[in-house]
Amino acid sequence: MAKAKTWIEPHSSGIYVKPADLWIDPSRPVERAAVTHGHADHARSGHGAVFATPETLAIMALRYGVDAEASHNQAFVYGDGFERGGVRFSFHPAGHVLGSAQILMEYRGERIVVTGDYKRRADPTCAPFEVVPCDIFVTEATFGLPVFRHPPTGYEIAKLIGAVRAEPDRSVLVGAYALGKAQRVIAELRGAGWDAPIYIHGALEKMCQLYAVHGVDLGELRLVSETDKAEMAGQIVLAPPSALNDRWSRRLPDPVTAMASGWMRVRQRARQRMVELPLVISDHADWDELTTTISEVNPKESWITHGSEDGLLRWCELHQRKARALHLVGRDLEEEA
Amino acid sequence: MKRFAALIDRLIYTRSRNSKLALIVDYLRHTPDPDRGWAIAALTESLDFPAVKAGTVRRLLATRVDEELFRLSRHFVGDTAETAALLWPDAPRAKAELSVSAAVDALAAASRSDAPAIVASLLDRLDADGRYALLKLALGGMRVGVSARLAKQAFAQAFDVPVDDVEELWHAIPPPYAPLFAWGEGRTERPDLKDVAFFRPFMLAHPLEEESVDLADYAAEWKWDGIRVQIVHGGGETRIYSRGGEEISGAFPELVAAFDQDAVIDGELLVRGEVQGGEAASFNALQQRLGRKVVSKKMLADYPAFVRVYDLLAVDDDDLRGQPWTERRRQLEAFVPRLAASHFDLSQVIDATDFDDLAERRAGARDAAIEGVMLKRRDAPYVAGRRAGLWYKWKRDPLTADCVMMYAQRGNGRRASFYSDYTFGCWSEAGELLPVGKAYSGFTDEELKWLDKFVRDNTLNRFGPVREVEKSLVLEVAFDSIHSSKRHKSGLAMRFPRISRIRRDKPAEEADRIATLQAMVT
Repeated sequence: MAKAKTWIEPHSSGIYVKPADLWIDPSRPVERAAVTHGHADHARSGHGAVFATPETLAIMALRYGVDAEASHNQAFVYGDGFERGGVRFSFHPAGHVLGSAQILMEYRGERIVVTGDYKRRADPTCAPFEVVPCDIFVTEATFGLPVFRHPPTGYEIAKLIGAVRAEPDRSVLVGAYALGKAQRVIAELRGAGWDAPIYIHGALEKMCQLYAVHGVDLGELRLVSETDKAEMAGQIVLAPPSALNDRWSRRLPDPVTAMASGWMRVRQRARQRMVELPLVISDHADWDELTTTISEVNPKESWITHGSEDGLLRWCELHQRKARALHLVGRDLEEEA
Repeated sequence: MKRFAALIDRLIYTRSRNSKLALIVDYLRHTPDPDRGWAIAALTESLDFPAVKAGTVRRLLATRVDEELFRLSRHFVGDTAETAALLWPDAPRAKAELSVSAAVDALAAASRSDAPAIVASLLDRLDADGRYALLKLALGGMRVGVSARLAKQAFAQAFDVPVDDVEELWHAIPPPYAPLFAWGEGRTERPDLKDVAFFRPFMLAHPLEEESVDLADYAAEWKWDGIRVQIVHGGGETRIYSRGGEEISGAFPELVAAFDQDAVIDGELLVRGEVQGGEAASFNALQQRLGRKVVSKKMLADYPAFVRVYDLLAVDDDDLRGQPWTERRRQLEAFVPRLAASHFDLSQVIDATDFDDLAERRAGARDAAIEGVMLKRRDAPYVAGRRAGLWYKWKRDPLTADCVMMYAQRGNGRRASFYSDYTFGCWSEAGELLPVGKAYSGFTDEELKWLDKFVRDNTLNRFGPVREVEKSLVLEVAFDSIHSSKRHKSGLAMRFPRISRIRRDKPAEEADRIATLQAMVT
């Protein structure tokens, strides 16, 4: 069996797969990049060739324009993959956002899985996480502290709908990351029976359209910029978090400020962001999901990439599991969690 | 505990006072005794469980959660109660609802040795929100922005009773306030307050807007720049209350000890300042004494407090509030000599010949402790709150200075999208702008929009929520007084600064110098 350390190198700018001369989620432009999902801290522009799922390539094309659509890019559906330099690469659902994938690499009898970002609970906008047995499990740790336990999504959605109904003269403005979280909140609302039009900030429009093209039904969406203020009373409005306290929000009728994020679990975090209605909805695994996943995958060794590495490392130590922290730079955790 | 947990959760995220009020009103109306009483006592920090402290909780957590994981989590969350609430493992079985009163009873009965076991058994019966509520109730430090005053208003609104009555009864009845709720719901008569050192709501003044008043009808007194207090002696104890009916006896033990007469007085609490040659010092000096739980000997010596008395509400079991001011004043003058002269003196009536004479004296008053003039109707009884035409406050004209806007910060709540807090400065001798104060009021909504746009269009730098702006806009700032301060580089601190005018016409170089402001220091 090959020794992982001889063929895979963690760098601060990403993970380098030596025999294939290929990087995973590099934070700077490279010749060849395999990309787990479309969030900007994993998918950068300017690579020579990108290997990813069709959805991730479509998202990168939308965000960065033509360079992600070039002919040397290659798309792989879940379960599919390619071989390069003796390494077999394949893509498996990560359950994080549309098109998000874990990348499995097999080389001389050794298996390594890089999760990118992932979650375990159901999400109507993307395929569910699959446990892929491996020797080395490279996991994220955004919520790698035992204080992070996300409540059931349905509970948080009910809280949101309850808040809208409680004050019919006001709108509820939900801050949600433009890729993934926004569409998931909309789809969850639809699933809970919220049939009214949902009003969105212009920055969300194209990504919602992309989701619809890929078969995620989001119901009727209307642009805030094309709507009368009065019409949005008693309605739900979505915007990127940066717009919550911006001048833009003045066009809404006396909005209740909500935010959908795993960080909302901590009260002072929510208060600092001037949030009145915190919604603990996250696209990242919480503590229980992280630790359960490590147990289920049962790797020989876990490498922890970004987030609260210390917490998850400590858990591995307590459970006599071999683990190390990789210190990757440029992972922007605040906005999209 | 579920309802209480939901209430504090809502209060944490609610910024508007009226919305907080509505939440508490709803809770008081729909929650049974004694839970609602304990809840309101917890919200106003009126509970104390000596056997249960933050250390108890930390040690208890160490028995259930790895210490290192607790330490990492505590560091991230920044609050022991919240960390513990989130980390405590959920009990496997469905739990019977734990009432607030059952929790209070258990915590109150705890001794130092069995406290951890008691807290553990309570935590085991709750979910994460309930655990947070319980630990905040046990440890205090609720920080949900509910003052005693707000709680009393909520009570009055919930049961449609006069807030003045609530004020009086509140301090006379210990938590969980069962007789208060019984009275509020019309089930019993108003509780009898004989032999209790209870708070009487203050009589308040309107700003003087009339051109003049006839001094034959109104008596004039100096308006002192301290804090308004009521000292009550009844049932063998002495209590000091501040404006909102909050008890502040603990911060001024020497006054409590010195007040030994069966009476209720209204007066101004001041601090004797060295620099003033033993006269009443400015508000700045008084601030050294406020909000302290433990008062050191040095504090007592450096900032000796005394009360300048101006009204007598009751004496020797006799309620004087129905009497006209003239009669109360006569009795007050007879009463004050019964108090220790070291800690109590009489606020003098200004013997102005007519209103013009009074205006002249007001303009000439340069004592740091004088904030202006009070005018009190001679035939008026002592009534709670602000009543038209009875008492007027006639503050000294504010001082003003032309300052240059330097930094701006976003406001809260309704103003969260506006840059509405401004730091402004004046010119030093070296030609450098030094901050002299910060203001977030005094402008109209229209002016706020204009100022917000100015900040956005003239931003030089961003430091988190703060923006540094082009030093080009002159603001005329009004303030009540200005003091020396070591906290600021300019060496100055303004009291009640507010924006009085936006001087778009004035070039920044022509704003005031620090030296000009220093000349106004009192």
